[in-house]
Amino acid sequence: MNYLAEPKQFASWSTDAAREVVLRHKGERGPLLEILNDLQGTFGYIHEDAIAILAEELNLSQAEVYGVVTFYKDLRTEAPGGFLVKICRGESCQSVGADKLVESAQEVFETKLGSTNSERSVTLEEVFCLGNCALSPAIMVDEKLIGRMSTERIAELADEIRGVTL
Amino acid sequence: MTEVIQVYVPKDSAARSVGADDIAVAIAQQAARRQINIELVRNGSRGMFWLEPLVEVLTPAGRVAYGPVSAADVEGLFDSGFLEGKDHRLSLGLTEAIPYLASQNRVTFARMGLSDPLSVDAYIANGGLSGLKAALSMSQNDIVLAVTKSGIRGRGGAGFPTGIKWKTVLEANSDQKFVCCNADEGDSGTYADRMLMEGDPLLLIEAMIISGIAVGATEGYIYVRSEYPDAISTLKAAIAIGYQNNWLGQSVLGSDHSFDLYVRSGAGAYICGEETAMLESLEGRRGVIRAKPPLPAIEGLFQKPTVVNNVLSLAAVPSILAKGPEFYSEMGIAKSRGTQVFQLSGNLARPGIVEVPFGVTLDTLINEFGGGSRSSRPVKAAQVGGPLGSYIPSSKFDLKMDYETFAAANAMVGHGGIVVFDDTANMGRQARFAMEFCSVESCGKCTPCRIGSVRGVEVIDRILSGQDVYANVELLKDLCQTMIDGSLCAMGGLTPMPVLSVLEHFPEELGLVNGQLAASR
Repeated sequence: MNYLAEPKQFASWSTDAAREVVLRHKGERGPLLEILNDLQGTFGYIHEDAIAILAEELNLSQAEVYGVVTFYKDLRTEAPGGFLVKICRGESCQSVGADKLVESAQEVFETKLGSTNSERSVTLEEVFCLGNCALSPAIMVDEKLIGRMSTERIAELADEIRGVTL
Repeated sequence: MTEVIQVYVPKDSAARSVGADDIAVAIAQQAARRQINIELVRNGSRGMFWLEPLVEVLTPAGRVAYGPVSAADVEGLFDSGFLEGKDHRLSLGLTEAIPYLASQNRVTFARMGLSDPLSVDAYIANGGLSGLKAALSMSQNDIVLAVTKSGIRGRGGAGFPTGIKWKTVLEANSDQKFVCCNADEGDSGTYADRMLMEGDPLLLIEAMIISGIAVGATEGYIYVRSEYPDAISTLKAAIAIGYQNNWLGQSVLGSDHSFDLYVRSGAGAYICGEETAMLESLEGRRGVIRAKPPLPAIEGLFQKPTVVNNVLSLAAVPSILAKGPEFYSEMGIAKSRGTQVFQLSGNLARPGIVEVPFGVTLDTLINEFGGGSRSSRPVKAAQVGGPLGSYIPSSKFDLKMDYETFAAANAMVGHGGIVVFDDTANMGRQARFAMEFCSVESCGKCTPCRIGSVRGVEVIDRILSGQDVYANVELLKDLCQTMIDGSLCAMGGLTPMPVLSVLEHFPEELGLVNGQLAASR
């Protein structure tokens, strides 16, 4: 099977575009997290200038906005690599070799958990459960879930990513 | 050829994670090449994941299943006449006759895998909306009474009676009330919420409308973890359908009830599955838990009375109202009434969904349904109820699934997730992981959880490296007690459960022999 979906295309950061995203959520109750998720979906990350914009638009302190940005693991303040690879380290995946999978992923992607490789093609992260426990071990590439993972298949995935990013 | 043959390929994200999309494409291509008219239905999963991708064909005798299918098998399936239900290496016979499915008693998951999850016609044809219609003819009190009488308890893990929660919100005086569905299914080994949101999302919508009518809430939120992008997009599509059909909006099915429903996405924080942290997150803040009281039923979302229920608690309600509370309460044992959607996973030959009444033993679930370990090695233990649940040794698999029976055995049923480990599992490492997980996911509000979990990892590391084992085990027990007594919520309060279960059942893996210090230390 193909491991990769269409690579994600992100817009370049612009304050005008950011304000448009904020506008989309006018009228929603307690919209900050929704807006942050939307900003990240648009630009790939939360630009530092977004903090002041959100504070102003939502009548919050910058500290409050910053506090939310830093609380949630998904929210990132710098652009990720071309593909975001999340490896599940939950118990179900552990029971069928998640630890080994983490080791080989770090090898084939040439980066550590929580970092982006030097070519910036892959950001590797750990996650605790993808809800695919019956098909463990599981990983997720961007928004594509992959089950029955193995060290062999993770090497195939690395090859496929190399093919796309070369 | 005028006859259109229905072929089913699941759209569930787990099925897609092992190639269901590729198979759907291959089947469409083969059918086109052979000029055969088929209708390709992307259904939910039947929940028999070792057979996924599971392809079904509707024949005069019923639906015939084939699996696990790979894209390379598709041409051969056509050649052997699978469209007429004919035999093939991957043939499983009639789907409904597969023992795994035939031995279940599906109530909440009754529609799972039958049809396109977003087909209103199929939903109604299979009993959908009858719960809501019943609710519209009942008083608020009677709806709440029916839910109470059914005996259903919170399926998210805490097991609090759903009817009592609803009654509290109904009786609260407020200009605004909310219904929040907790779909932050973060526990490893649980995936039933995800399946339901992807495979029968209209049921969740129906259930939330009923809850809104029952307690007098006009606005609902479904808080879904960000790890479930397919569930989020399916729910959004389902909500749009709900509005188009006047289930949602100003006048629910033409009545004078109004109900609006929104989906909100989390952003990668396990703690937001704790109800007060979820409310904080819904309000756009850090997912830091609130001290209780006040209960969310009194002061919940934006300080208003709020029903917070798990996906499966809500999803059981429409059938309770449609068929009467006795239908539900007649199933189960003791104070655990109705069915539970057990989720089998880990090192298991036949992982999947098993919905049966409470009272079933672990042995039945793990060995009869699950078929023992996938690795063919002896099963050593099962962790039941998520990362905060106990590790139960195979010698205790005669335990019956029941909230109180499990509590008496220092374990918990939780959300019904069962993760199986074979004899290669290192239980000392599993105990360490419980503390590590808590240290990563703690919201940081209270000290026993925030610091206790870090100290827990350190103490277990010392034990595992053989340093002063006896003293460190005593320290670990003391630390666990402090976390149990002093934590504000279940995260810190239950993290000791898996740790203590390893000490109780596998003491030798934490350096002890027969509960005593190993002589060699």
